[in-house]
Amino acid sequence: MAKLIGRKIFGGIAMGEALVTKQGISFFGGIDPSTGVVTESGHELEGKSISGKILVFPQGKGSTVGSYALYRMKKEGTAPIALVNKECETIVAVGAIISEIPCVDKIDILQIKNGQKIKVDGEKGIVIFD
Amino acid sequence: MMIKSHNFYFKKILFLKKFNKKLFKKIGEKMLLTKEEQEMLKGKYGNAVKKSMEILVALGEIYGAEKLIRVSSVQVAGVSYDNLGESGLEYLSNLSKDGRVKVLTTLNPAGMDLENYEALGISEDFAIKQKMVIDSFAKMGVITTCTCTPYLIGNTPNFNQHIAWSESSAVAYANSVLGARTNREGGPSALASALTGRTPLYGLHLDENRIAKIKIIVKTQIKGTQNFGALGKVIGEKIKSTPCYIIGINEASMEELKSFSASIATYGGAGIFHMENITPNKTVIPLEELIVTKKEIEKALNEMNMGDCEVDFVSVGCPHASIAEIAKLADLLNGKKVKKEFWITTARPTKKIADMSGYSKIIETAGAKFASDTCCVVAPIKGRFKCLATDSAKGCYYAYSKNQSKIKIMSVENLVKEACKEPSVVK
Repeated sequence: MAKLIGRKIFGGIAMGEALVTKQGISFFGGIDPSTGVVTESGHELEGKSISGKILVFPQGKGSTVGSYALYRMKKEGTAPIALVNKECETIVAVGAIISEIPCVDKIDILQIKNGQKIKVDGEKGIVIFD
Repeated sequence: MMIKSHNFYFKKILFLKKFNKKLFKKIGEKMLLTKEEQEMLKGKYGNAVKKSMEILVALGEIYGAEKLIRVSSVQVAGVSYDNLGESGLEYLSNLSKDGRVKVLTTLNPAGMDLENYEALGISEDFAIKQKMVIDSFAKMGVITTCTCTPYLIGNTPNFNQHIAWSESSAVAYANSVLGARTNREGGPSALASALTGRTPLYGLHLDENRIAKIKIIVKTQIKGTQNFGALGKVIGEKIKSTPCYIIGINEASMEELKSFSASIATYGGAGIFHMENITPNKTVIPLEELIVTKKEIEKALNEMNMGDCEVDFVSVGCPHASIAEIAKLADLLNGKKVKKEFWITTARPTKKIADMSGYSKIIETAGAKFASDTCCVVAPIKGRFKCLATDSAKGCYYAYSKNQSKIKIMSVENLVKEACKEPSVVK
């Protein structure tokens, strides 16, 4: 059992499959909100759906409208179930808070493998996996 | 012996757990909140204030703020229904149930002229949704002048005042030209500041982050809004968001600084710049220097001048046109007839001054249209036009990237000439 200790951005517990990328994510313009599929041309995750996954990425990027885009995905049922960041910034932090999606940062994301089952405890700011 | 080592191991785990908990607590409780702020966070003042406090405290902790400070003015972006969508509207409508602004708060441009939208070709469906967005803001006590130039219509902070503004061009202008202090807020974080009257103390609120880190020597004369826009593009692309100290500009009008602020923020992400003998902030003058040549300005202008297109849309007012720009347009358009779609985007109060002064009548007689409350960046105009001509470098960036239109940048004088040319292909 491994435990990565980070910092709480928004509380709540989620268990599921990790979708990991080393690249930043733009929630406005980079993801189709009606499907959750990454549309940014040339992105590592292009064509993959973030819907229902625990999205593990270094940080958000792009327009600040991205916070509302995340909120829209939550409402439409296409959002990730949790967010794990290396360094959380304004767009993702605000998006997680208004959408009420568990979110932690200050995590060494390279230790998490793509497809791995992980548990995120937003309140404690930790990520746990086998 | 076995038991002893087991105990030792157990104690070690306990110690580590305690240590981790302490470490976590330390991070989580870094910010000093007043009793009132703690109560806001716990929900004593309602849901909108609670949600807003959660946002501000999280941001404060992310960026290492020691506390929250009071702000005197807020500018909220994220107003166009084209960008917000149904869920953005739902979020705002929820906040408006019990949220009321604590300080002077104005709005960024909406997706349409709130009165004259039909003439500008905006659909009724879009108009209904856009009005619902505005109504939610109005319910919260926001002044619903939808403009990217709040500093021209009465939301004008003083030197050193702490404010929370979103709208990147207005942030650069407020920090650099007015000497007020704001971070580059997003729509929801600015609104959170409006509903609580607070912002976390970090970034551009602090002296150390406002100081210039690089000197820019401009080796050519810069004149006109289009050339100041090109300069902003050159500098922004070179140094990204690094605060700079610019020398070599002899004079700059408010309109030229407005254009430059928009451009340096769009192409580089800067929140503050310094211009020798022009901007008021104190800074050390950095030793590291970069030169901007005439050739680089020409290259930037060329990049925003796509040869293979015929202009079918002319636009002035990015950022929103000032009354002086409108007066100049009235002078240039007097007695002429435009042959192409021509929009002047401006704040509604500025438009009212233009009406009173007789400028609107001259401009509209010439066939140009006012689009108040909105702009070409946020209006749903994708696909309606193929080639946009403007004097704004920021306008060029969004016309090309968001609306996939071809672009041409030119002076306001040439824009009027272009607009009056007969189109070669009849549609």
